[in-house]
Amino acid sequence: MENRKTSAYYENRAVQFGVVSTDWLAQAQSATVPRTPSSPPPSPPLPPSHTDADEPFSVIQEFDTWRKHPDLAEAVAAIRALAAVIRSSKATTMMQLEIQLKSASDSLKCWDTTSISLTAACDLFMRYVTRTSALEYEDFNSAKSRLLERADKFGEISFKAREIIAMLSQDFIFDGCTILVHGFSRVVLQILKLAAQNNKLFRVLCTEGRPDRTGLRFSNELAKLDVAVKLVIDSAVAYTMDEVDMVFVGADGVVESGGIINMMGTYQIAMVAKSMNKPVYVAAESYKFARFYPLDQKDLAPALRPVDFGVPVPSKVEVECSARDYTPPQYLTLLFTDLGVLTPSVVSDELIQLYL
Amino acid sequence: MDSTRVSHNLGDPKIRQVGFFVPESSTTDSHKILSPSHLPVPEMQNSVHGQVTSRSYDPSENRNLETGIEKREDEEIEVIKSRSKPLKEKTTKAERRALQEAQRAAKAASSNVEGSKAVAGTGRAALGKSTKQSSQKKAGPSSPVAADKKAGDRPLDKDRKKDAPHPRLQFDDESRMERARRRAVVNPTESRTRVELFQHLPQYEHGTKLSSLESKFFHLDLVHPSVFEVGLRYSAGEISGGNARCIAMLRALQDAIRDYCTDHEKALVRNLTAKINSYVSFFAECRPLSMSMGNAIRFVKSRIVNLSLNYSEFEAKTTLCSDIDRFINEKIILADKVIVRHAFTKIKDGDVLLTYGLSCVVEMILLYAHELGKKFRVVVVDSQPRLEGQALLRRLVAKGLSCTYTHINAVSYIMHEVTRVLLGASAVLSNGTVYSRVGTSCVAMVAHAFRVPVLICCEAYKFHERVLLDSICSNELGDPDAIARVPGRIDVNYLDNWASEDNLRLLNLMYDATPSDYVSVIVTDYGMLPPTSVPVIVREYREHLLM
Repeated sequence: MENRKTSAYYENRAVQFGVVSTDWLAQAQSATVPRTPSSPPPSPPLPPSHTDADEPFSVIQEFDTWRKHPDLAEAVAAIRALAAVIRSSKATTMMQLEIQLKSASDSLKCWDTTSISLTAACDLFMRYVTRTSALEYEDFNSAKSRLLERADKFGEISFKAREIIAMLSQDFIFDGCTILVHGFSRVVLQILKLAAQNNKLFRVLCTEGRPDRTGLRFSNELAKLDVAVKLVIDSAVAYTMDEVDMVFVGADGVVESGGIINMMGTYQIAMVAKSMNKPVYVAAESYKFARFYPLDQKDLAPALRPVDFGVPVPSKVEVECSARDYTPPQYLTLLFTDLGVLTPSVVSDELIQLYL
Repeated sequence: MDSTRVSHNLGDPKIRQVGFFVPESSTTDSHKILSPSHLPVPEMQNSVHGQVTSRSYDPSENRNLETGIEKREDEEIEVIKSRSKPLKEKTTKAERRALQEAQRAAKAASSNVEGSKAVAGTGRAALGKSTKQSSQKKAGPSSPVAADKKAGDRPLDKDRKKDAPHPRLQFDDESRMERARRRAVVNPTESRTRVELFQHLPQYEHGTKLSSLESKFFHLDLVHPSVFEVGLRYSAGEISGGNARCIAMLRALQDAIRDYCTDHEKALVRNLTAKINSYVSFFAECRPLSMSMGNAIRFVKSRIVNLSLNYSEFEAKTTLCSDIDRFINEKIILADKVIVRHAFTKIKDGDVLLTYGLSCVVEMILLYAHELGKKFRVVVVDSQPRLEGQALLRRLVAKGLSCTYTHINAVSYIMHEVTRVLLGASAVLSNGTVYSRVGTSCVAMVAHAFRVPVLICCEAYKFHERVLLDSICSNELGDPDAIARVPGRIDVNYLDNWASEDNLRLLNLMYDATPSDYVSVIVTDYGMLPPTSVPVIVREYREHLLM
């Protein structure tokens, strides 16, 4: 309705999660069908300017094909695409290869500057693949195959991360508990799926997740698993917190302070939970760990999205369009990652070990 | 503590067992009580703690009515009574022993009552104080308690020496001070008036240090002229600021190493280490070393120890000098540049940045951000008596930054318009505590209350693996005269002869400890870290620091 710029971050989510708008029913139908190349929308968010014309192999295209995989996270898709860069590279020296990788990861990062997990995964990949002293003493081809090996291994690890997290978190879900969920997180869904498979008895409260209404979709998924689920509107979080035993959220990015950046509303839910002494658990893969230290909410680049109020808003009225917020570490209890169950302060330790 | 108190009888000399104190001489002598130097003032004690009962000073009375703090102070006073000699300089070895014994003493407090009198006796004899002891005091039941700590601990002492942390010299520890004094080069007059709770810190009469040093210039063949010069400038207060002091010290050591010749029939490694040790203790006498200087000294020593044995004396010296150069360049100068880059990313247009006192790295950040065209305003908060902020303010204004200058009294007023607080630090400790110029803690606390992010800018070589919980254990006392005066007002002279007042003590603390709760982020050369990650840096990069 306003001619505000919508961020690639939001566009991407819209494609990935089939954001529910007013004509939700129609879209929900298509959402259950596995996404195939027949769906036209993914192309608009791609700024073609970032694709290097003279390069026969385009990392963006590669990334895009991976991204269409239904349950492959954006970051994992980026990792797979970068591995493909190494594979198809015609470089003859390590330095050339590194430069190619660097430019590929830069163009990926440019594709969506607001996505923290994409940036973090690219950085981590560069670290993981290139940081080895043994590479310097080998001939180029064996070094390249070693790099490929590492790249594939890293892709595997990242892909499996979700299962590891689901397994780790099972100890925290006890029979008869009530779990509050905010946003659509595939990791959280995996956790609850596994818990349902393990015949745990639990109840889930889903926030509506305005304006994307991600909660509707999430409850849809849970209903398929025969999990007792109840939808609550976003403003009823404090009202329902009494009956909640724990809060589960995913994360777009985990930052150096140990806090998380996630869908708008996570911060206030975490605050309410903290004030009522309920644990807040974050499920996030380690490739979402980013070297980034926000000091307050305004410190992150806002990922904008359109907000539909159902009725026209006068042009004089301003609308807050940011799609995510930053939750400081003191409101989080534990982080479930593929590195293990961590307290927020360990995130920075892990990052230091990875990057320095 | 209460349980130990109950066992004492009336008239006990009380030994302060809390924290960092070492019970050494266990008796209270009547003549000592009359010793003017450390005479406590009962009236003042009472009034300070709001006690209405006018009682003759007796710590074992009214036990259960007193608060914990009061007990602590009572005990301390007793300790003061038991001491008559002026206290002396520090040396590193003595420091370590002192704290070790203090810890041991606290543990063994309740065991092994007998068989300790002998030790206590010898201790007294050594001090030459046993002549005038009143028989009643001598028989006092607590003397064994105190002494047993010594006796019981002696054998354990050596076993545990290795794994215990290195303690500092406690300046209220009589016998250690005695030893330290014999070794000391500088012998300034120690201040007679010391503040309760801070007895363990050195406090000298202002000015005496300098004159005694100057008079000894031609007798001190031990000290290298460069070292001597820097030492003098330390004590005169000409060099201040963590980095400046550290660099000056390293440069002086470099000069000393260049002019060094190995003594006849001695190994370079040992001989040079001994020399460096003597220089360092000289520096420490001029002004207590900061923790960052301690780290730098550790670096120099580890380089000496790791010297290849094949090196000739000349090679060894040039290697050391270039190592020190590298340390200054990488750990201080380059680190500052990296910090500036990092901190710059947190400054936005329209920000109001508050800084306290004078921190050279904060100044560099502000100037860098201004050069790159950020539009922001600076609030410089300052405090008496040093008014270091004025120097910063002058330089900022000269560069065209828009500034506000205020004193720390107004910090709660000014804070609501501030968006970021940038602070420097003297050291950052393992538990995330920031040790910095006194007042920093207050500024950080107010910022925290106003939910303003606090950025601590500190080079990683200032990180220390110690843990500090308060500002008392480790601190530095400034010249009390400095706070007695009001600058520019000669007519305000209420405190002119404060030293002659028996019931008045002035406390001019130099540093304080900011708890990690008030710190949002620590900006170092390794990036931006939460205060919880300090131990990781200390652990992972200790070798790196010493390389």
